[in-house]
Amino acid sequence: MILTIQHMTRYDYASPARAVVQSHRITPTRCDGQKVMSWQVSVTGGRKGGEFRDGAGDLVTAWTIPGPVDSVEVSVQGMVETTDMAGILKGNRETVPPEAYLRDSVATKVDAALRDLAQSVSETAPLDVAHGLSRAVTKAILYRPGVTHSFTTAAAALAQGEGVCQDHAQVMVAIARHRGLPARYVSGYLFADAAGVAHEAAHAWAEVYVPGFGWIGFDPANECCPDARYLRLGSGLDAKEAAPIRGTTRGTGEESLSVTVAVQAQAQ
Amino acid sequence: MTTYFNEMFDAGQVRDPYARLQDWMQSMPADRRLEKQAEAEELFRRIGITFAVYGEGGDPDRLIPFDMFPRVFTAQEWAKLDRGIKQRARALNAFLVDVYGRGEIVRAGRIPGNLVYQNAAYEISVSGFVPPKGVYSHIVGIDIVRTGPTDFYVLEDNCRTPSGVSYMLESREMMMRMFPDLFRENRIQPVDRYPDLLRRTFASVAPAKCDREPTVVILTPGHFNSAYYEHSFLADLMGVELVEGQDLFVDGAFVYMRTTQGPKRVDVIYRRIDDAFIDPLCFRPDSMLGVPGLMDVYRSGGVTICSAPGAGVADDKAVYTYVPEMIRFYLGEEPILENVPTWKCAEADDHKYVDENMADLVVKEVHGSGGYGMLVGPKSTKAEVEEFRARVRANPSNYIAQPTLALSTTPTFVAEGVAPRHVDLRPYCLVGERIELVPGGMTRVALKDGSLVVNSSQGGGVKDTWVLAE
Repeated sequence: MILTIQHMTRYDYASPARAVVQSHRITPTRCDGQKVMSWQVSVTGGRKGGEFRDGAGDLVTAWTIPGPVDSVEVSVQGMVETTDMAGILKGNRETVPPEAYLRDSVATKVDAALRDLAQSVSETAPLDVAHGLSRAVTKAILYRPGVTHSFTTAAAALAQGEGVCQDHAQVMVAIARHRGLPARYVSGYLFADAAGVAHEAAHAWAEVYVPGFGWIGFDPANECCPDARYLRLGSGLDAKEAAPIRGTTRGTGEESLSVTVAVQAQAQ
Repeated sequence: MTTYFNEMFDAGQVRDPYARLQDWMQSMPADRRLEKQAEAEELFRRIGITFAVYGEGGDPDRLIPFDMFPRVFTAQEWAKLDRGIKQRARALNAFLVDVYGRGEIVRAGRIPGNLVYQNAAYEISVSGFVPPKGVYSHIVGIDIVRTGPTDFYVLEDNCRTPSGVSYMLESREMMMRMFPDLFRENRIQPVDRYPDLLRRTFASVAPAKCDREPTVVILTPGHFNSAYYEHSFLADLMGVELVEGQDLFVDGAFVYMRTTQGPKRVDVIYRRIDDAFIDPLCFRPDSMLGVPGLMDVYRSGGVTICSAPGAGVADDKAVYTYVPEMIRFYLGEEPILENVPTWKCAEADDHKYVDENMADLVVKEVHGSGGYGMLVGPKSTKAEVEEFRARVRANPSNYIAQPTLALSTTPTFVAEGVAPRHVDLRPYCLVGERIELVPGGMTRVALKDGSLVVNSSQGGGVKDTWVLAE
């Protein structure tokens, strides 16, 4: 499948910011099943800073926007040929040992309810556990936009019983770790097909490390494993760490954000 | 009754290194001693050396007590310490490069992976990164205690930002001013090269992108920090700028310092701020102390951060027990300095032993420092032991335990005259292109009679540490 991406993120500052610093993980993962034909990131008024590939294989690019800044527009345009890898991440070069992903983060700390959800799956073989957990998350959290925020924790999302892909992914990550499976949060894009089943073009899912297979993607929001409709960007212990754009602003004004994403499939 | 090794008087004889101090001691009647003590305090106050005790409230400008009675090592004793300390500093750095790289020591089964990779101090964000010259810990402060004429043990390693070196330098300065005769009568190796060696160490690890004389700065959390005095003292001695987070900013691929002549590029940052606070973009978003974007500049080779983020995984108290293994694994040598036998409460058998023998042991939090959150069994009440037992039971993996060591004593001035008090030693090993150790360190002394806790936060004082020339 050939996916074309158009992703625009715009930050407006109520009063001009003294300066803006951003860190991007917004380039497709170099892995099997993702062939980049073109990819361009631009930042209005931005100076491109250091760039490196981190231990998880993600390309990190720093940007600084000297002030005064009224608004910043980050636009991404690209075309990638994708292949269905049955959810298995292959060919990504990384140095972080899977064991490191057994660690908690603030957003994925387990509480009693998360522990119960983790234990509700009776399977014992790692791959079966992972599938079972993914199904359990789908049931436990109904898709409903606008009820959770970017800082909603896994525990809070489960208590609420509704949320978006970020919440599904963070709950999945939290309970997989509780079952002793290394797990991480993945950000990327998703092509919504004509049937309109998939939602959220700027998407997130989870990866679980299963011995013998390696990292496998699970998307509880869509009750499936990633296929050719998915484009992987980066990963982290939780949503904050895996965010495609992380930024800070020096200044006092309020920041407002608008995002438009279009993912389309081209005829081959 | 435990007997303690007295570094000056052994079996009724004055040991060699202290021979010339015998007369000096006797030339100090109470009135002269008090006069000198007052002089020392006045000097310390005038130069402003004070030490706020973290989390205890009270007077933040309280003076750390200074004891005029020096602690002395022979050249021969120091030679062994010198080799042992450098060996340890090399192994700790090799370990850090390894666990952020291929993790050979874990693959070889010489240290459990969970201890390293699930450690809160293990920094995923620097995995795969080798800092300039392969150095993570540029200043290794190693706490050493002595129990006999030739018996030294390492109590703990400090790989992040060990404090206290200003006391090594100031104590010497003080003694030379007050007792110049002592320095004529004894051949004492100087320590005043330290600031210059420190600056050279930093310059030697400048990033590859730096093509001129490197600009070094010290990054401090500010004057509210208990070690602020030391930060400004070292900046002054090295001739480098002391900056706070707000004085630095990232532009493009580099870090700059605001100066009256405009922005100046910074190549090496000696940070005295914890990992969690150095970059709100990468770590704690609520940090006001750090520099947004600093980690990206660091990872892309635009600046060197000393100590390297992630270095803390090597000085964790549970990892400490494996340092002898690291020395064998990376250097193919036998450890010159011994570890104190340690029980890890994370292991059931060890915890059982600790639980049963708590009253005889020293029990510490794995991540604690500064003498907080620890129990000295033999010096504690029954109630205190019971309370601690419950804490350890609630979270065993958070604790380790060690035997109560018979720390050596040195003569110390006290109200009644001169009396033996327990001491330890923290030397500061510098690791850059070269590995350097000035002959000396910070000797801490437990001023309370019988006390084994030397931490300044728990009523400890400092002494000048002498290493005699051959």
